[in-house]
This record gives sequence, structure tokens and C-alpha cells, in this order.
Amino acid sequence: MRLTQGTFSFLPDLSDKQIRAQIDYCLAQGWAVSVEYSDDPHPRNTYWEMYGMPMFDLKDAAGVMLEVDACRKAFANHYVKVNAFDATKGWESLRLSFIVNRPKVEPGFGLLREEGAGRMQRYTTRSYAAARPEGRRY
Amino acid sequence: MSAPESLPLDLDALYRDSHVRESLEALDRELVGLVPVKTRVREIASLLLVDKLRRTVGLEAGAPSLHMSFTGNPGTGKTTVAMKMAAILHGLGYCRKGHLVAVTRDDLVGQYIGHTAPKTREVLKRAMGGVLFIDEAYYLYRPENERDYGQEAIEILLQVMENQRDDLVVILAGYKDRMERFFSSNPGMASRVAHHIEFPDYSEQELVAIARLMLEKLQYRLSDAASVALAEYIALRRGQPHFANARSIRNALDRARLRQAGRLFERRGEALNRENLMTIEAEDIRASRVFAASQTQDQGE
Repeated sequence: MRLTQGTFSFLPDLSDKQIRAQIDYCLAQGWAVSVEYSDDPHPRNTYWEMYGMPMFDLKDAAGVMLEVDACRKAFANHYVKVNAFDATKGWESLRLSFIVNRPKVEPGFGLLREEGAGRMQRYTTRSYAAARPEGRRY
Repeated sequence: MSAPESLPLDLDALYRDSHVRESLEALDRELVGLVPVKTRVREIASLLLVDKLRRTVGLEAGAPSLHMSFTGNPGTGKTTVAMKMAAILHGLGYCRKGHLVAVTRDDLVGQYIGHTAPKTREVLKRAMGGVLFIDEAYYLYRPENERDYGQEAIEILLQVMENQRDDLVVILAGYKDRMERFFSSNPGMASRVAHHIEFPDYSEQELVAIARLMLEKLQYRLSDAASVALAEYIALRRGQPHFANARSIRNALDRARLRQAGRLFERRGEALNRENLMTIEAEDIRASRVFAASQTQDQGE
């Protein structure tokens, strides 16, 4: 199952040229771009690992692409995403985020049903990959 | 792409459209003298323009290596030209953003093991799409200390200079003799820097012209007597130690402005007009220590 998350979740994966164009847009807006990776792709997992510091004061996407490529090389079988943080007062949050790398095999999510009192039922989604310990999931 | 052999190509139109003309004209207008520098900048600009034209007719035009070294004494305009260079390269479409990141050894070299590489990379990332100006580049290499981290910064720099030529232009600047020693001990660096540009010292007339240009920008003018005094000042100052060409002139003018303000303030209560506020008198310049030193044959400025 192909995981979709973030700003361009409805699109097929972006090519490098498209990623570069998006990053250029972010930098033109004055946002700080950062690269993060994770092997726990649950949609509620907002705490991915940072790959280096967020990059401030950059003018051109080439610098960010260096980091993106380095991260994809180091974590080839992980999810990698690019975030753009807007520090202007009132926003102070992520403005854009998209996945730039994914594992070769994505087993997807299972739906767990938990029966409660009476006829109540609770649902949980669980990544099949997350059953194994961190670092050995994909 | 195939274009008919006979199709006329308009280099002039390309020149007009490329926005580079304003930059080149500004270079001529705002910088006095520096003929070898201007010639070389013009040559580089022409090469890039011709390459652009070659590409339109399907001829091979490999991206040239544009890393440069600027050598010259202090105050000869190295940083100013680097800034203009960034604008010119941007106008020609060689640099995508055309900004200048000016750094020295401190910005590149770390203080402990493992500190240098991230620091250098950080700077390189910031400079991508523009020009990286490394002032006093010879400080990067310190042969007297074999465990100096400068070497590491140089290696990262070399790698990026080679592999990402279209992302970044590196300009190394410094005094001539020290830069030569730096290049001879780092042959890898020397072979990757294609353009060595030497900045000559300014002549006395050029320095006077520079002073006039600076004052014009600040909306000041010299009285006739002050013009004479300034010419004398420059002649004397050039012979003294620590003379830093245009920078010394700028400092001298700043001090003259200070004295002018002091003089006007002393005579407050008298009627002042626009002309008074703009004019620097001979006494403002003659009060300089340079004149006193020349009379008593003392040292110092």
C-alpha cells in the first residue's frame, strides 16, 4: 500500500526537478526547509527524526537538494520528507511538507477492532512494518 | 536543434536583453581605474554571452569554470568587484540567484574534530546559486600546524568546486604574495581556479577621482582650496605606512566630515545654509595628522 501524507499526497511521487522547484518556492517565501526521516509512518507520528538542522538563510534549492540526496542515500529504505517552516509571527508552523523517499516494499496498515462494553467498538490502525523494532522495519 | 547556417545571429540583441549591460556600465562608472580587472570581467561576460548564442544554434558550449582568485593590496576594490561579479553572472544566467556570501577562515574552519565539515558545508549550502567570496583565503592553510583543520575545509571546498560548478562560483581573495604561496602549497586549488585577477594599486589621480565619487554619493562637495588640500593629503598619505588605497581615502573623508561638523557646531548661532552643510573646507582636511607628521617628520597618522 502506497503511503500518502502531506501537501502533495494526492499526486504521484515528485521527480527531483519537481522537488527542486517546490524547495525554490519555499525559499522564495522565506521559509526554513528541513529534511526528516522515519520508519514509523503512522499518520499520527509527527515526530520524525531530523536529518541535520533546519536550513536557514539559504537562497537556492541546490543546498537543500544536497541534504535530501545525502539523507536518501543514508536511509534508502526509510520514509524521507521535506518540511518548510514559516517563522513569521502568527504562523510559526509548517507550511508545506511532502514525502521524497519511500521504502521499496510498503506492507501497509492493518485495522484492529477492539470490542468494548456493550456493542461499542474501537478502531486502531497499525503499520505491519512497525511490529518489528526500529531500524529493522523495512 | 538545427538552425540554418545562414541565419543571422544577433549578439547585440542578446547583450541588450541580458541585463548585464547595466552591471558592466555600473562597473565602469562606479569603479575608478582597475583596467586589467575590468578587461577580464568583460572577457568573462563576453564568453558567457557567446556560449549562450552557441547553445541557441546547437553548438557545444560546456559550462566554463568560473572560480576566480582576486589578488591585490587592501582597499583596491576586491570585495566591491566580487559583488558586481555576482550581479553580472546572475544577469547572464550563470548564477541562479546572484547573491554574494562573504566569509573568512572563521566561518569555514571549526575548533575541534568533526566541527569543520558541517560548518563548511553550511556555508557552501548558503552560497549555492550565488558567489562564495573567501576573503584572505590563505589563512585556510596553516602549514606550521599539521593538525590544523583548515586542510579539511579546503578538501570539502575543492570537492564542491569540482562537482557543483553550475551551482556555485568561488572567489578567493587576498594579498598577492601570500595567495601565491597558498596556491603553490595547494596545487589542487590552483588548478581549479581558472581566473587569476590582479588588482593594481591606485595612482594619485585615481585616488582623487575616487574621493570625488565618494563625496558625490554622500552629497558633499569640496571647496577649491579643499581640492588642493585633498590632493596634497593623498600624496602624503600614500608615502606613509598602513596605506590601504580607497579604504584610507574613505576613512580620511569620514574624518573630514567629522571636522566639518565640529566646525559648524562651534559656530552655531551664525546663519547656515544648504551650501555650508555640503561644503568641506580646506581646514577640515589640513587639520589631519598626516600634514603635521610631514612637517615634523614624525611617525604615525
